[in-house]
Amino acid sequence: MTRGPRRLLLYLALLAGAVPTLLPFVWLVRSALMRDAQMFVAPPEWIPSPFQWSNFSEALTTQPFGRYFVNTLVIAVVSVLGTVLTCSVAAFSFSRLRWRGRDVVFALLLTGVMLPYAVTLIPTFVMWQRLGALDTIAPLTVPSWFAGAGGGVFNVFLLRQFFLTIPFELDEAAYIDGASPWRVFWTVVMPLSRPAIIVVTIFAFIGTWNDFLGPLLYLQSEENYTLSLGLASFQSIYLTQWGYLMAASAAVIAPIIALFFLLQRYFIEGVTLTGIKN
Amino acid sequence: MRRLETRWGILMALPAILGFLIFTIGPMAASAFFSLTDWRIGAAPVYVGLGNYTAMAGDELFWKSLTTTTYYTLGSVPLVLIVSFAVAVLLNQRVRGLSVWRTIFYLPTLVPAIANVVLWIWIFNPDFGLLNSLLRQGGLPTSQWIYAESTAVPSLIIMSTWAFGNTMVIFLAGLQGVPRHLYEAVSIDGGGPLRRFWHVTLPMMTPTIFYNLVVGVVGTFQVFNQAYVMTEGGPNHATLFYVYYLFRKAFNESEMGYASALAWTLFMIIMVVTFLLFRNARRWVYYEMAGAR
Repeated sequence: MTRGPRRLLLYLALLAGAVPTLLPFVWLVRSALMRDAQMFVAPPEWIPSPFQWSNFSEALTTQPFGRYFVNTLVIAVVSVLGTVLTCSVAAFSFSRLRWRGRDVVFALLLTGVMLPYAVTLIPTFVMWQRLGALDTIAPLTVPSWFAGAGGGVFNVFLLRQFFLTIPFELDEAAYIDGASPWRVFWTVVMPLSRPAIIVVTIFAFIGTWNDFLGPLLYLQSEENYTLSLGLASFQSIYLTQWGYLMAASAAVIAPIIALFFLLQRYFIEGVTLTGIKN
Repeated sequence: MRRLETRWGILMALPAILGFLIFTIGPMAASAFFSLTDWRIGAAPVYVGLGNYTAMAGDELFWKSLTTTTYYTLGSVPLVLIVSFAVAVLLNQRVRGLSVWRTIFYLPTLVPAIANVVLWIWIFNPDFGLLNSLLRQGGLPTSQWIYAESTAVPSLIIMSTWAFGNTMVIFLAGLQGVPRHLYEAVSIDGGGPLRRFWHVTLPMMTPTIFYNLVVGVVGTFQVFNQAYVMTEGGPNHATLFYVYYLFRKAFNESEMGYASALAWTLFMIIMVVTFLLFRNARRWVYYEMAGAR
């Protein structure tokens, strides 16, 4: 085959993949803006007429989605702060300070990455219950302040890999000037590690934002619900109100998509970084 | 300096070490102990030895959940690998507007799990959902999707394929790391695109394929949300996934001891499967710098 037709075939193949990928989004948006009467006709119509913007206002006020949004944001911010801070402190210790047993300890911690969450689920739940912390944000945020705990160790690994690429002469120069390890961490290593920190921030944020099982287990009263939990309960009440359901779903999806477009470069870099680890 | 370094080193690693002890090792040991007891929340655990494990052997729903989950894994993992690999190979052909295409294929990955589930309930709707509407328009037979026993798991497999973005981006990064001179060598020997793919791309990509395979298997073995929100394990236990069954035992039926035994069994299954995958990997995964590390 010659060059021209082959290029054409390539773009046709990509298009054939892109259409089914985008179709659910189109379906989501058109359903979110449609009146029920128009939704239940065959063959299906694609352009809402009229545009039913009130689906959004009604869906988002029948349940306090504003409140869910704030709850989710609080949990996300507190856990992201904890994850970034404690993971980078640990990564600094595992990469730039020499102490006996360091590498053994690090290898041990890394085994936590492979652990299925189901194994620790029940005892962890019982522990929080005994502590009287059910229906608070503690079970959802405190583990982040211990380097993410469990699977979060992966962040320590990523940051450590990045820290190892920074020249050690910088630390030594600072130590000669009488700096403490904390000072070296905070004023030398951290400022040079912005890309890695942004990547960890993004993935920790998305992880907590999208979490369902955690809030499902630990949050009980409706006023404490996160967006995921709120949407699930909304779904179980408005089973057949597709306009409302799609409007609410679109509202839950939109912030993450917006974040993605703002920070696109780091997203792709981040996934790439995680894939290259082996 | 040396002692100072040790002191700071341990101090700074302390949160991570404590976290590992409190949230990983502690709960793991506790769950191993619970799995040997008959225990309902509120009552004291009663030691029953391996009773829970022998009970599992005779528990039809345990076997059902295991086969259902295996079915899902065997369907979803290869499909996601093939689709994401194919798209990554296409995107690696120096296409114009690469970032736009990449964004399109990555978008579904960003949809929060629950929004994803709600959206797909509507897509699968037998009367006015997207899939049956299209099939009807094309004059094709429609399906009951997640609402019939035989099509429920295949439907969820199709749904899982939608979000192949992470796997694709990892493949794409791998493809961009394949050295150019290898392709040129094949071309000089008169090899066409198919040859280049078969003798260079595929072997050079085996480590990346292997990584995505392991991550995919471990992930799909723990599928939960779809069963919880979409199907409640039905119809007729057709989507009774393992972790969903475990969750029901623990938090609906309050059988904490039995659920812990389920959890440890899952842990062991995943360990064995990963071990087998790694052992088998030596036969087909190509590592260029085997002795480098």
